[in-house]
Amino acid sequence: MAIKLPIYMDNHATTPVDPRVVDAMLPYFHEKFGNSASRNHAFGWAAEEAVENARAQIARLINATPKEIIFTSGATESNNLAIKGVAEMYREKGNHIITQVTEHKAVLDTCKRLEKYGYEVTYLPVAKDGRIDLDDLRRAITAKTILITIMYANNEIGVIQPIAEIGKIAKEKGVFFHSDGVQAAGKIPVDVQKDGIDLLALTAHKLYGPKGCGALYVRRRNPRVQLASIIDGGGHERGMRSGTLNVPGIVGFGKAAELCQNEMPEESQRLRGLRDRLKDGIFAALDEVYINGSMIYRLPHNLNISFAFVEGESLLMGINDVAVSSGSACTSATLEPSYVLKALGVGEDLAHTSIRFGLGRFNTQEEVDYVTGRVAEVVTRLRELSPLYEMAKEGMDLSKMNWKTA
Amino acid sequence: MAYSDKVVEHYNHPRNVGSLPKEDPNVGTGLVGAPECGDVMKLQMRINPETQVIEEAKFKTFGCGSAIASSSLATEWVKGKTVDEALSIKNTDIVRELSLPPVKIHCSVLAEDAIKAAIGDWKKKHGAEVEEGDTARAHD
Repeated sequence: MAIKLPIYMDNHATTPVDPRVVDAMLPYFHEKFGNSASRNHAFGWAAEEAVENARAQIARLINATPKEIIFTSGATESNNLAIKGVAEMYREKGNHIITQVTEHKAVLDTCKRLEKYGYEVTYLPVAKDGRIDLDDLRRAITAKTILITIMYANNEIGVIQPIAEIGKIAKEKGVFFHSDGVQAAGKIPVDVQKDGIDLLALTAHKLYGPKGCGALYVRRRNPRVQLASIIDGGGHERGMRSGTLNVPGIVGFGKAAELCQNEMPEESQRLRGLRDRLKDGIFAALDEVYINGSMIYRLPHNLNISFAFVEGESLLMGINDVAVSSGSACTSATLEPSYVLKALGVGEDLAHTSIRFGLGRFNTQEEVDYVTGRVAEVVTRLRELSPLYEMAKEGMDLSKMNWKTA
Repeated sequence: MAYSDKVVEHYNHPRNVGSLPKEDPNVGTGLVGAPECGDVMKLQMRINPETQVIEEAKFKTFGCGSAIASSSLATEWVKGKTVDEALSIKNTDIVRELSLPPVKIHCSVLAEDAIKAAIGDWKKKHGAEVEEGDTARAHD
């Protein structure tokens, strides 16, 4: 089979919309375009029915009830709503929030803002494998703690946190548990009952749905979670999120969730096979390559590798017919490499050499083999160009050098 | 971010990649940057002590495409120049030639530093006569 270039292997950033999802959405642009809040004509009713159907599809994916699903514009908004909504609503009870250092910026920066308003935030460290220590979590909880927010799986390294254990601790201590479920939902089983999750942020575009459409699961029983809204207006979504609903997006989100649920057993196994093939191929072709984060507690479609002595951005430039992303931040003005890798204790030198591969529904074995070959070829070429590789081969200890930094 | 054609050209066909014997009294070695910063350049020049002309230049660079292109260009430019001429190369010349965007200016600064460090190393070898030891690690 001929390979079509460029190859997309950056499915943690976003996923293509599944053609079956597009088909489901199309009638809701022109034919059934009604506002789901229009209660007095057929256009509104059709839109409302479609939204409620999607709500049920999404609820089923995470073992929730449809009423517990609140639609938003995406996971950034969902994380903001969960954290700020709880913080404001339960201010009387306490002002302490617990999170961890490898969260997405949508969580970290929301917490930082709350710190400005007098909230206290504990940022738990992670071990070398990328997971938090549950004893650290237990110790961090105080009488003032109102929320624990820990992501389900990380967007860079795919590492899955001990979610069910966190849920249990949260329940014991009477603290709400919010999780950013963006990378996990639709890819691995996520069950808000078994996992003890009270709030869960989701987005359509990471599971083969459209961009601009997200959801927040908000538990209604045992315990009931109340949220202060952050967007005021017409009182949509049980008052938690005003604004006319993105009906075509929501329909697509629902369909995408249903497809993920139906295909997950087969799909996750297939992607795990491809991911392991990619890993094994790279390790067979190159020395001095290192996996970042746990290989046990990891999303089946994620691989994050440091290619020592080769700067990540230059590697991306070499494999320009493959779309992946780099933990190096040479593109940004700060020159700071990935804070996630730094949190694992990966040295900054190795953090600059890391590449994230995110496999997805539409990747094939042929593509994996092509990418393996390209990576091996370009890394080999760049190492010929790398003074660090030369010095390491001469037996110098690079960490002991007195580097002149600008 | 899109790279300029010249950066891509140097990245795909880097000029003068390699190493010169750093113990050679006529070879000056500049090693600048740091792995933690994502950029390390090693620039070496063989300089004729009689004429002060740079007869040969080699580089190896760990860094992004712009860093590789900046050092590749630097070797091209210094070859055939006298030491004083090479010292007059400014990072802004490199920025202009490669159309580097603002976030990549540090790559050109590093290349200028590498030229100065390599010549400095050569001068040290000649001014103070050849010292024992590893002069490649000029920053020890």
